[in-house]
This record gives sequence, structure tokens and C-alpha cells, in this order.
Amino acid sequence: MTGPLVEIRKMSHSFRRHKALDEIALNVEPGSYTVLLGPSGSGKTTLLSILGGFLAPQEGKVFINGNDCTALAPARRPTATVFQDYALFPHLCVGDNVGFGLRMRGVARAKRHAKVRETLAMVGLGDAFSKKPHQLSGGQRQRVALARALVVEPAVLLLDEPLGALDLKLRRQMQDELKALQKRVGTAFIHVTHDQEEAMALADHCVVMNEGRIEDQGPPERVYSRPASRFTATFMGESTLLTGKVQDLGMDEIRVDTEVGAVAISASGEPGFDITLAIRPEHIMLADQPPSVALGDAKIVDVVFQGSFKRLLAVSIKNPAVTFIVKVPSNRSVGVGDTVELFCPAADMILLSR
Amino acid sequence: MRVLGRLLVAGYGIAVYAFIFLPVFVLVLFSLQATSFPIPPFTGPSLRWYEAVLGDTRLTSALVNSVLVALISSALAVALGFLAAWGFARHHLPRAALLRGLITLPLTVSYLIIGMGILILFNAAGVPKSLIAAGVGHVVINLPLCFAIIYSQMGENQVNLERAARDLGAPEWKVLFLISVPVMWPAIFASFFLSMTFSWDEFVISFLLTRFDTTLPVEIWNLLRSGLNPRTNAIGSLVFGVSVVLAILFELILLRRNRS
Repeated sequence: MTGPLVEIRKMSHSFRRHKALDEIALNVEPGSYTVLLGPSGSGKTTLLSILGGFLAPQEGKVFINGNDCTALAPARRPTATVFQDYALFPHLCVGDNVGFGLRMRGVARAKRHAKVRETLAMVGLGDAFSKKPHQLSGGQRQRVALARALVVEPAVLLLDEPLGALDLKLRRQMQDELKALQKRVGTAFIHVTHDQEEAMALADHCVVMNEGRIEDQGPPERVYSRPASRFTATFMGESTLLTGKVQDLGMDEIRVDTEVGAVAISASGEPGFDITLAIRPEHIMLADQPPSVALGDAKIVDVVFQGSFKRLLAVSIKNPAVTFIVKVPSNRSVGVGDTVELFCPAADMILLSR
Repeated sequence: MRVLGRLLVAGYGIAVYAFIFLPVFVLVLFSLQATSFPIPPFTGPSLRWYEAVLGDTRLTSALVNSVLVALISSALAVALGFLAAWGFARHHLPRAALLRGLITLPLTVSYLIIGMGILILFNAAGVPKSLIAAGVGHVVINLPLCFAIIYSQMGENQVNLERAARDLGAPEWKVLFLISVPVMWPAIFASFFLSMTFSWDEFVISFLLTRFDTTLPVEIWNLLRSGLNPRTNAIGSLVFGVSVVLAILFELILLRRNRS
């Protein structure tokens, strides 16, 4: 098959005066795991509702398998949704919940039950057929919701913050299971979340959304290591942002006069341009390891022990408006009030285009 | 002092319950009277007046009429009330608050006014007095009640259930019958039993809108015109008993719902 599985073209949607989606364009490849990541109000859930057919967009079109599905009812499009609250039918047993979609398609009872059992076994709930949803734990309900959506063999599975209601440990565990399940069934998953760790762990293709627009999209490794915008650099993982002006050009490098001093990085740019540099916390060091760029002295104002590392906040002495976020090994002895000298390898300074 | 206080509180409580239940107690007690007048001294217990009531075809046919009117009008009121509640809960209607207010308005209008209104309307339209007319009146008084009960229980959490059903391929009528109605079952049942209770006890509308075949409360009123006798007590006790059973069913269903 050629072309993307799902194609969203120039989609805009407003709720009263609030622009929920602003000219969104997005392709989803067959068999991929796409995560829509963004804070609440970024439009990610609106986009998912439009994909599922629960909301008709004011502008733009949705194509699935090359067919225009923009005006198609949820029942008639090749999508299935896993709702945030799971939306399990409380009066039906697990087997009937999972079999509901097949029943609506007129699949005979015996065949339906066999298929339901098979799908339940796949999500690890082989023995839950005759239980009622209220007898299950949160994680089990989640699996039933997954099975119910997968059993109808959708081309695209839509997941609306599916792990939001689970506690942290269970969330990480379900996260691994989701990924394994997706690889096994090969269905394209589109998953909405505001949890960047979840996004990084699950996505083949990560779409960062903010205020109705797509800020950045790509493989999570790329989005993390080379974020395209200031928003992405601070929302998908933390970053220290430095703003500055391009001073002059050298061979393959530019000198940037930042708030904390001049730095040279390899990039192209035009003199006089205002630019922003982002530095990931793990790239800031407390000792010079050439070739690295000196960021000047900073005073530590906060130390948070996080197990495998310590997260420091250090205010630049040269420019107190800049606060560095630094990750150091947890055996490193640092305390609030200490003054440290900070360095960063030039290659790890990310030039943000927006 | 504290003992006295407690005694006063207990005495007050007993007085309140006696005030409410003493008339019913007296009614039931003298329905068991063995002699012909429902006045002290108590001569029973005897079931002869119950036998007399159940042997009286006018009373038993009125009883059957009452049951039929209550069942059918309640079923209609619940069905219409449910659909109205579903419409208001799931769709954005222009002037929704006003329309909701109008639908519940009959709750505040006296039965006498509603009965008179229907009587005049049916007269003008040439609809004869009948049990059906009384049933229509009962739908008018019970529909707002069913609507209010069901609407109050129709939460946002059911919206996603219906969406999920649609997403899985259910046409709208299947969403309604396979998901919405079963999920709302406790509220539907509760409003049905409450409607039954009200219809069962209702006198004014039935009195105004029926002629030859009539309901039990109207038949009791006919009996009372010829003076008190233990037969009226017996039939009154039966009516009261049925009301109690319906009220208990209503409470049980609501209680179970609240616990789960």
C-alpha cells in the first residue's frame, strides 16, 4: 500500500472563540505508534475526537486508507477508541463488553465468543469472560477496554489518555504491555497523553502539540535531542534556554553572544539574528572537559535528590535572570549555596529554530 | 434532668408518628371488626369484611381497573419521561432550561386543575369519559415526575458509554435499548413504582374523567356516600397495603442504587 494510513489535511476547529486546532497537518503510517503529546488545552484530545468521528471539524479533512472519512459516523469508519474512563458497559460481563462490536456486526454467537476469548487471552485476561467490570481492578479494566476496541480489527486504534487513571507503577507496566501489544497486532495506534515519559517510551512517531498547533514531530529520539522549538525543548524533557544574538560567522560555526557570555557552536546563521539555545540538564557539567563551552559561575539554589541523579537549579552569577537546570550523579556532593562553574559540550547546545 | 429530657424527646417522637399513623392504624384495625359498625369497642379480629369486599364485583372490577390504569399509564409516563430526559441530557436544545421547566411544571399544578382542564378539553373534542381518559390524566401528572427522577440520574459518565457503543457500530436505537436503558434501569424502575403509587391513589382526576367503569378510589368514595361501614375500612386497608408495597419497592431500588 502506498501513502499514509491516516492523513489529516489543514484541519482547524474552534470552540467559541478558542482555537482548539489551527491548520493541523499530520500523516500516520501503517503499523506505527503515534503519540500526540501536549499540555491540556493543546488540542490533542480534540484531534483524537475528530479522528474517531465524535466531532466534525470546521475546516480540513481526514483521510483513512485514502478515503475521505471527515463526515463519516464513528460506527462507519475503520477506527476504534479506548476512552479515558474506559467506558465499559457496567451491566454487561467482560465477554459481552468485548463482544459488543462483533455483535453489532452480526457475528454469530459461537464465533463471537471464540474471538472474544482469543482477544481476552491476548491482553492477559483469559479467565475474566464472565466477570462484571466492577469486579476488576483499574489495570484489568484498561485491558478489557483495549480488547473491546481491538476485537473489531480497526485500521487505527485511538487511545485517549489510556493510562491516566492508573497509578505510576501500573502505568509504566501497562506502557510496556501496550507497546508489545501494538507490535504484535500491527494495528496503528494513536495515543494521546500529557506525560512526556510515556510519549518517549511508546512512540515511533511523536507529535508535540501546543495551542492547537503541531510544534514538532518525528521519532522521539530526534524530538528530544534536537527539538525544533522552545516549547518542545521545555515540554518534552527539561532544558535551560539561552537567548542571544548571532555575532559573526566562522568556518561552519557561529559565535553567539548569549546572556551568559559568548559561545561558539557549529551551525549556520546570519549575524544580528536573535536565536535561542537549549541545553538538556544532562549535558551541563560541573567540570571542564574540552572541547566544551564555559557557561560561567552559578550559585546553586535548589538540590533535589531523585535516586539515580540529583537535579540542581543554579542561578547564573553573571545574569541572575538565567537559571540552569543541571543533572549530576547522585554521589556528587553539592549543596544549596555552593558556587559552581558550568560547562557544556558545544555539540550538545541545541539551536532552536522557533 | 437528662432522663427527663430523653423522655420528652422520645414522647415527642412517638407523638409525631402517632399523629401520622394513628388514622391508618384505626382504619386497618376496624377493617377486622366482626360486627357491622367500625366503631369501638373492637369486636374482631374477623376477615368477614374482606370476604365481602372480594365478593363484591363492583369493587373487584374497580380494583382491576385501577391496576390496569396504574400499570399502563405508568409505563407510558416512564417511557415518555425517559425519552425526554435523554433528549435534554444528550442534545443542545434552544431554551433548554425553559423547556425543562415547562415539562416539570405539572408537578406544581393541582390535580383538580389538571383534571378540569382535561375534562373541558375532552368535552370540547368529543372524547367520552372513560378509563382511558383517566389514564391520560395520570400520564400528565406522572410524566414530569418520571422525567425529573430519570433526568437527575443521567450523568455525564453515560455519555462515553453511548459513544463507545456507537464507535463499536451500534445504530442509535440499539445504543438506546442495549446501553442507555439498562444503565438507567434503577432510575427507570424507581420512577415506574412511584408513578404506580400515585396513579393507584389518585382520586380527583379519575373522578372527573370516568363514568361507569371507574377506579378503586372513586368506587370507595361511592361507598362512603352511604356511610361508614367496615367494608370501606377493609378496601381502604387493601389500597393502603398496595401503596406500602409499591413505596417499599421504590425505596429498595433507590437504596440499592445508592449503595452500589
